[in-house]
Amino acid sequence: MIVRILGEGQLSVDDAAAAGLNELDTKLADAIERGDEAEFRRALKALAAGVRAAGTPVPPDSLQPSELILPYEDADLAEVRKMMTDEGLIHG
Amino acid sequence: MEAGTSTKGTAASMSVMKRVTLIFRSKANKALDRMEDPRETLDYSYQRQLEMLQKVRRGVADVATSRKRVELQMNQIQQQSNKLEKQARDALGAGREDLAREALTRRSSAQSQLSDLQAQYASLQAEEEKLTVASQRLQSKVDAFRTRKETIKATYTAAEAQTRINEAFSGISEEMGDVGMAIQRAEDKTAQMQARAGAIDELLASGALEDVSGTPRDDIQAELDRMGAGNDVELELQKLRGELGSGSTPELEAGSADGSAASTPHNNAQAPRPASPPPNGAQPTIPASDIPASDVGQSAIPASEPPRTGDGT
Repeated sequence: MIVRILGEGQLSVDDAAAAGLNELDTKLADAIERGDEAEFRRALKALAAGVRAAGTPVPPDSLQPSELILPYEDADLAEVRKMMTDEGLIHG
Repeated sequence: MEAGTSTKGTAASMSVMKRVTLIFRSKANKALDRMEDPRETLDYSYQRQLEMLQKVRRGVADVATSRKRVELQMNQIQQQSNKLEKQARDALGAGREDLAREALTRRSSAQSQLSDLQAQYASLQAEEEKLTVASQRLQSKVDAFRTRKETIKATYTAAEAQTRINEAFSGISEEMGDVGMAIQRAEDKTAQMQARAGAIDELLASGALEDVSGTPRDDIQAELDRMGAGNDVELELQKLRGELGSGSTPELEAGSADGSAASTPHNNAQAPRPASPPPNGAQPTIPASDIPASDVGQSAIPASEPPRTGDGT
């Protein structure tokens, strides 16, 4: 499975690692729902770290799309909320 | 619905990554203008990719410009901070605790500006690196796309073309979206910092941190000069300056101050030798903290002074 961390690139992640990542993803979703900025920070960092640990970088000349996309590691809560709705993404 | 597992938040209860992916993809698809002939779409998309590459390179250059501007400001403020420190020593040596205090107050303000700028500098540097890497990544993908595009066009059969084109598109449009957002973010950050940089330029121009000798705004220096123009005070001041080694070393060093410097002016007040080094020649710059002890007392040095000796090294 290919996962993109925005601003960082794509990683190929072993399917076996997916369960652990899902758990982190749920924590992140909870933090967003509760509007808990501190917990959100921690969860997003943990998720990005988890993806990096479980993944290997995809060669830059690959044209494969990603299955999952993770926000910027340093994105704030408001920014990620925007990315989860239609208004958030800018395409040049 | 009342089940333990939450179903209330439609957006948030769904996986964040899936949600972001979904939105991202739909946006990317919308951004892609499809032509009637898929081969035209390929060429058109390739043009847009090249434009995006230009854009990201401009982005890198813009961030670099901002970074250099911040660097310039850092140097300016550092210089002023050094001068203020020297003035504080001079003032104190002349027994003007009030002036010394004012100079040190401004110096502390300059120092806080400086640390703010250092943080900005680091942030811009990180942004520049990120964009540079993003630009290289996009370049690789654009190259790959061009190869793929030519292959598809050369072996074009309408039946298989669409699938292969779609594959190529989805990968590149995702990268384009990522890079596009990265540029936007960098621009936002740069704009914020430019606003702050403008504020600092104004601050510098206003003279709030100012002390450059010769500028009319430099009231501390003016006061020091006025006093100097006085009479015998002048001699005393000049001599003090000479003994403190002022003018030769802008930086305060934790040199070997033996306290004799503070007392000597009284002994040879008759010798008008401005800016000449002390007879023993070996006297290094005296730390400010050593000067007031005998002349004005400890209170002359604000709390911000002690840690200074350490951070210069």
